[in-house]
Amino acid sequence: MEQLRTIGRELAMGSQGGWGQSKEFLDLVKSIGEARSKAEEDRIIARELEHLKRRLADPDVPRRKMKELLLRLVYAEMLGHDASFGHIHAVKMTHDESLPLKRTGYLAVALFLDERHDLVILVVNTIQKDLRSDNYLVVCAALTAACRLIGEEAIPAVLPQVVELLAHPKEAVRKKAVMALHRFYQRSSSSVSHLVSNFRKRLCDNDPGVMGATLCPLYDLILEEPNSYKDLVVSFVNILKQVVERRLPTSYDYHQIPAPFIQIKLLKILAVLGSGDKQASGHMYTVLGDIFRKGDTASNIGNAILYECICCISSIFPNPKMLEAAAETTSKFLKSDSHNLKYMGIDALGRLIKINPDIAEEHQLAVIDCLEDPDDTLKRKTFELLYKMTKSTNVEVIVDRMIEYMINITDHHYKTEIASRCVELAEQFAPSNQWFIQTMNKVFEHAGDLVNIRVAHNLMRLIAEGFGEEDEGADSQLRSSAVDSYLRIVGEPKLPSSFLQIICWVLGEYGTADGKYSASYIIGKLCDVAEAHLTDDTVKAYAISAIFKIFAFEIALGRKIDLLPECQTLVDELSASHSTDLQQRAYELQALLGLDKNAVESVMPADASCEDIEVDRNLSFLNSYVQQALENGASPYIPESERSGVISVGSYRSQEQQETSSHTLRFEAYEMPKPSLPLATSQTSMSTPTTDLVPVTEPGYYKEDHQTSKSQPPGDAVSGEFGVKLRLDGVQKKWGRPTYSSSTPSSLASSQQTTNGASHSDGGGSSSQPRESSYGSKRQQGTEVSAEKQRLAASLFGSAAAKADRKAQASRKTAKDSPSTEKVATTNVTAQPVKEQVIPAAPPPDLLDLGDEPVSSNPPSADPFSQLEGLLGPASAAPVLSGTPATSTSKAPDLMSIFSGDVPTGVASGSTDPTLGDVNSTSSHKGATAVASKKGPSLQDALQKDATARQVGVTPTGNNPNLFKDLLG
Amino acid sequence: MIQAVMVISTQAKPRLLKFYNFQPPEKHQDLVRSVFQLLSARPDSVSNFVKVDSIFGLGTKMVYKHLATLYFVFVFDSSENELAMLDLIQAFVETLDKCFKNVCELDIVFNFNKLHTILDEMMLGGQVTETSSEQIMKSVEEIERRYYATKSSPR
Repeated sequence: MEQLRTIGRELAMGSQGGWGQSKEFLDLVKSIGEARSKAEEDRIIARELEHLKRRLADPDVPRRKMKELLLRLVYAEMLGHDASFGHIHAVKMTHDESLPLKRTGYLAVALFLDERHDLVILVVNTIQKDLRSDNYLVVCAALTAACRLIGEEAIPAVLPQVVELLAHPKEAVRKKAVMALHRFYQRSSSSVSHLVSNFRKRLCDNDPGVMGATLCPLYDLILEEPNSYKDLVVSFVNILKQVVERRLPTSYDYHQIPAPFIQIKLLKILAVLGSGDKQASGHMYTVLGDIFRKGDTASNIGNAILYECICCISSIFPNPKMLEAAAETTSKFLKSDSHNLKYMGIDALGRLIKINPDIAEEHQLAVIDCLEDPDDTLKRKTFELLYKMTKSTNVEVIVDRMIEYMINITDHHYKTEIASRCVELAEQFAPSNQWFIQTMNKVFEHAGDLVNIRVAHNLMRLIAEGFGEEDEGADSQLRSSAVDSYLRIVGEPKLPSSFLQIICWVLGEYGTADGKYSASYIIGKLCDVAEAHLTDDTVKAYAISAIFKIFAFEIALGRKIDLLPECQTLVDELSASHSTDLQQRAYELQALLGLDKNAVESVMPADASCEDIEVDRNLSFLNSYVQQALENGASPYIPESERSGVISVGSYRSQEQQETSSHTLRFEAYEMPKPSLPLATSQTSMSTPTTDLVPVTEPGYYKEDHQTSKSQPPGDAVSGEFGVKLRLDGVQKKWGRPTYSSSTPSSLASSQQTTNGASHSDGGGSSSQPRESSYGSKRQQGTEVSAEKQRLAASLFGSAAAKADRKAQASRKTAKDSPSTEKVATTNVTAQPVKEQVIPAAPPPDLLDLGDEPVSSNPPSADPFSQLEGLLGPASAAPVLSGTPATSTSKAPDLMSIFSGDVPTGVASGSTDPTLGDVNSTSSHKGATAVASKKGPSLQDALQKDATARQVGVTPTGNNPNLFKDLLG
Repeated sequence: MIQAVMVISTQAKPRLLKFYNFQPPEKHQDLVRSVFQLLSARPDSVSNFVKVDSIFGLGTKMVYKHLATLYFVFVFDSSENELAMLDLIQAFVETLDKCFKNVCELDIVFNFNKLHTILDEMMLGGQVTETSSEQIMKSVEEIERRYYATKSSPR
């Protein structure tokens, strides 16, 4: 075996001979492959880099050798090692005369450097020169490099040449020029906006490839501004029609589908143009119908086109017949065994239900299957669909499922997304307050740190304000149930910080409100929270503030209250805290204990948690003081924007944005003496956010400035942005709750009714419990599963319960059958691929027939786009499209090898070769060798490599022997 | 548009990296690692699509194909069609197979520059320009021919 491997390797390497790689490179790859550890590999590459550094700097190295050195450098960098010393050599190589060297140089530069890199300037010049070259390959290389390397500033330098190349005789060059122009447009739309008409012109290019390329920039342009391209609808429809009718040369076919990528792009464009436009959509229906009729559901790319067609139909002005066709195709996708198609089906369904929500009903079971599929991608896509179809009738089921799923995922990004979706749905559709609070508790418990803090504030406000004015009793019931549930949960370890904040706040506000729990009990709990979360200052602040409130309420009610020992310990500890905020709160609490009843009532007014605190933004109570100071000779306040030295202040401030206000105030005094003309300009600059003079760098903050300065009279001596900021700070400090917004709720002491915890845990909870358990057992009991699914389906989709029930009768039968058929399908894994391969073998093999009838298969050599020529002014008329050259004939045998092994997309190879069918039905490995020996003659040089290595390109699963394992680690 | 093309071996080694939105070389290894982790965690029978917002930014998706010892990965945004991307991988692999006569991992390791050439013919600036493997081969061969012409010419 070892020997075989060695032979294989040698043969494989032997076949490399033609590629100009030296033995050194082979040895490098080999030694990296044999490295036993990452450290060893790093050592090898470090040594290699040393060597390269020396050689690259050596002037005696021949140029061709340089190319290989550079490639080795690229290789080292790909493996994650710093090769920046070689960048300059790459740039140098782009200057070389010889094409391969130049290409290598461009390749390396494009891989190494960002368009903003300093060295790129040196390349721009070369690109400029190369764009003018007589050799079209050089021009192509330069255009490719331009796509990657020309940044915004460099665009004007190459733009004229690129535009000129749009009329180049070689279609490859024209195509690349279009793409380069598109890239420039993406980089900086303003610098090429005057050239947009060129894209329209290129749409009538004689070469379908160039036309296809033009669709890319046009799609972007149309997305931005659909209305100015409505005149092209007819042309696009015409092109699409011609493509679908196979009027393009067969060389544009891909797996027997005519120019699929052009079709897809056109469908995308039509979807945008037809959106909300009845007239434009009217032109499209016929061709879309054609596509559906001719649609090839056997091949991957055929389905891609059908999917795009569905997207288009769901976007344009709806047409019942089209929708029907789209729904039919969607159900084919959903019923397919392929996960990929199911995924597309779910996506398509999500688009269609926007137009007609009833479509989903038919597919409820398929959707639920997808929801329970082990494939994570499919599951997520299904949740996306459910999110789109959430209504107040099914929100409970959907959100429950989402939370259930959320608990088990580890990917933070997605967890955040799904948590915020749960919150959004719950906020939007919550059937009851109980359910809402319960749901929010679950979300906060499992993903509290990932949810926006705004959501926590919303929840607090909701508990404080209730859902409406109608029923105060219900509100207080809501509060007590919240208190109950929080008291139950608060002892649990590892609760997220934001959830603890909510708990503390609610306990502080309402813990004693209904009289069920004593003040000391609640305070004890709050002390426990503060103690258990030593490192979290915010939670501690919330806890101490809650204790503060409870004391205040008790005192206001005239009850005597003692400071519990653990509470005393907490206060003592916080008084000595490093955080001034915590200190302040602790001292405030101590001060409060000394106050009498009346004072406490005004500090912590009862029933005021929802009342807005009025903030005197002008600090008018200071007016008399200011007046007095002015009379005593103090100089008046000048808004910062009017002061000179704004720039220096600004730069200072941008470093220390946190303390902006205080610093500015101090600066103001020093800078006073020289108010002069520049002030006026700098003031105007305040109102235009783009000017550099504006001292504030943080955009959010600036916005606020802008608003306040607008809303206030400009002459006001005390106005100005920093004043506002400063005062707000002061207010917050005073109340000692920095995280609250200005509408800080402070207290509410309405008497509350006692409610027991039972009301809390009913509703969604009780119904979800049995559901969950039955999900657990669903795999074993097929029939019960279907009933269960039915119920879920009914709760998800059933607009009318009766309707769902009626359906259940019918579909239960199918559901009953489905598990068994599924089983058959899975046990018959081997049979599956066979079937798949045989089916596509039916259509006539185009590619292989090329040799026999090269030209006759593309009937009209006339330009398929001639119809368009009248549309857009002068376009060269001569039809150039010749038939496909039969170059591929010599390669025909190879084609088979690709197709035969490739199960998912494998098209049509078998039919020419009767033996292939047999091959497929035998085991896959045997099949591979059989084919290999068949095509042996053309591959004498690498028989061994053939037998095993060919599976790379051919067999979709990874269970093949790895020939080069020894070599590649 | 297509944002990245990656070929990663089942041993987590990058075999080809091409980014159409520039990514600094220092970041490449992290990207390869996160993509590989994602891929290796997926069983064979599931779909070939993965959302990769957390790796490549909002709205990005990834289509991959696992062939023998290699993962072929295309990363793209919402303006592309997943199934079509899957076929683009297919077209890419078919072209490689034509180019190298039964391609194997070693071919790719030693000729990654040629892979870049092929990709440059297939797509430009992240947009698909050519999917016919014959056409691509023709262009690549044209370039190769020049190469040998210059090689043999005396300097």
